[in-house]
Amino acid sequence: MNIIVCIKQVPNTADVRIDPVTNTLIREGVESIVNPFDMYAIEESIRLRERYGGKVTALCMGPMQAQNALKDAVAMGVDEAVLLSDRAFAGSDTLATSYTLACAIRKLAPYDIIICGKQASDGDTAQVGPGIAVHLDLPQITHVRKIEEVKSPNAEGKGGVIIAERLIEEGYDVVESTLPVMLTVVKEINEPRMPSLKGKIKANKMVIPVWNAAEIKADVERLGLKGSPTVVNKIFSPPRRTGGKILTGESKQVVDELMKELLEKKVV
Amino acid sequence: MDYFLNDEQKMIKDLARKIAIEKILPVRAKYDEEEIFPNDIVKILAQSDLCGVYIDTKYGGLGGGVFSLCLVAEELSRVCGGIALSVAATALGTYPIILAGNEEQKQKYLPDIASGKKLAAFGITESGAGSDVSGMQTTAKKDGDYYVLNGVKQWISNAGEADVYTVIAITDKTKGPRGASAFIVDKGTPGFSFGAKEKKMGIRASCTRELIFENCRVPKENILDREGKGFLIAMKNFDHSRPGVGAQALGIAQGALDEALDYTRQRVQFGQPISSFQAIQHMLADMATQIEAARALIYATARMVDAGIEKFSKESSMAKMFASDVAMKVTTDAVQIFGGYGYVKEYPVEKMMRDAKITQIYEGTNQIQRNIIAQALIKEQAGKK
Repeated sequence: MNIIVCIKQVPNTADVRIDPVTNTLIREGVESIVNPFDMYAIEESIRLRERYGGKVTALCMGPMQAQNALKDAVAMGVDEAVLLSDRAFAGSDTLATSYTLACAIRKLAPYDIIICGKQASDGDTAQVGPGIAVHLDLPQITHVRKIEEVKSPNAEGKGGVIIAERLIEEGYDVVESTLPVMLTVVKEINEPRMPSLKGKIKANKMVIPVWNAAEIKADVERLGLKGSPTVVNKIFSPPRRTGGKILTGESKQVVDELMKELLEKKVV
Repeated sequence: MDYFLNDEQKMIKDLARKIAIEKILPVRAKYDEEEIFPNDIVKILAQSDLCGVYIDTKYGGLGGGVFSLCLVAEELSRVCGGIALSVAATALGTYPIILAGNEEQKQKYLPDIASGKKLAAFGITESGAGSDVSGMQTTAKKDGDYYVLNGVKQWISNAGEADVYTVIAITDKTKGPRGASAFIVDKGTPGFSFGAKEKKMGIRASCTRELIFENCRVPKENILDREGKGFLIAMKNFDHSRPGVGAQALGIAQGALDEALDYTRQRVQFGQPISSFQAIQHMLADMATQIEAARALIYATARMVDAGIEKFSKESSMAKMFASDVAMKVTTDAVQIFGGYGYVKEYPVEKMMRDAKITQIYEGTNQIQRNIIAQALIKEQAGKK
């Protein structure tokens, strides 16, 4: 089974600082890590290989230093890694990013399962995974919390099936899909393993191939800033919710009071 | 101080640190309080290849020698000296096989220990035979294709949790120290059982029990080297393991300094952080200097062992003795710096002080280490004339 895991390198902080003029992230002085949600994707891809055999390839788009994110993935047990790096990719929004990744995935074909984290901790859009599926015209299962079963495809690449649990607000859906498929995973799916020494030694020695726009046969008009219709107008912290009222006393009395207020405010 | 670690050594150190911080730190107080053996942590260490760093690559290890074992012991002990012992005590049980095992024994036992699938333990001490091993009562009597073991080994780290035991027993009482032999005993061998778990002052996440042999029949191919080599194997074993005990002590001391440094910068008295007082500063300076000296001694010794130098009992004893005395001093000072907070279990330094104490006692008390050092000095001097 060929599995591709897409990862992103992000700044390691919950406290991301934004440049007020350009509305972009200030990256100076902040350590870079693998997007935490992608760690679950890496872990799940390795577990799938352990269960069904095959190969896991990690794919990352970013500047040259994003190789370190790929090396972290190799240290955990990923077999191969490819970095997509080209000045033409700079300034990509989720549409251009997913297009670029999709072009690279085509070059990596054949593949059975593509796994992404549900979203990145910096941009928080949750659009790149689904975008890849659309560009490649693949079925997708987002917010996967458990992979129940995978039936590997036959020699012609046909007949592959996956059954997965998809997290929803009230519980979960059980979804069946043909392969190839694109999945995004949530943190409930597993606990990412620690890197291994042998993995780290392998990663340290590995020369990671770097692919540019020409190598993935991408249409330059659809890359980077040029291919990004989304413009961020402003980034701000939403104001904290204030106020609220806590009712105290005997439950019957509190319930009556609550009902009265809700009726007055026409909530119910 | 820069010890010019190579890439692999840096990786070992960084990975051990990462696991210590992310996996051990959140559980250390609980495992200490409830005396929980860290099987879950061992599993993580196994998956990360940290269990067999000192074992030859031929048997699935990393071939990093005593130095790499010291790095793992130091970084894990920096967060919890008790949890770190699961790996360190396994090394003590494994070195007899590495040093004296034949190819078959190595092939049979080392790969599972290297992968972390199995833990090991070493059994020499008895109730009446501590520093003086001549009081040893456990016997191994040849009976056809077997040796029949009888006796009780006391205070054995990893007992009950380990699958592989290397045990010293007397095969010929008339020969004194040359009448002892070393055996590999598998857990589950009929006649081999364990005593109750000891309740300890420190390293409480480790498991300490008796090994009880009652007509335990061990196949004769489980003898290490040959009859009469037991005492020599034990001494060689300790020579290799003592830098590791030193590293455990070093880690505990470093952990206490880490905590003390943090605390002194936060704790405000007389209107300023206590780190601004010279009385505290001098304590911190002494702690840090002693720790660095211990580290330099341990690393130099470990490098010497790994380089294949023939005699290193003296240096190995120095490393263990000096680092453990430093650990006791530094952890006591850390408790002093924390004041009342240092004395309560809500803060980690009292545990470090409890954990430090054993490093002055086991694998040869520090008094015995001084004997070894002095005897080596006298012998060296005599040899010059």
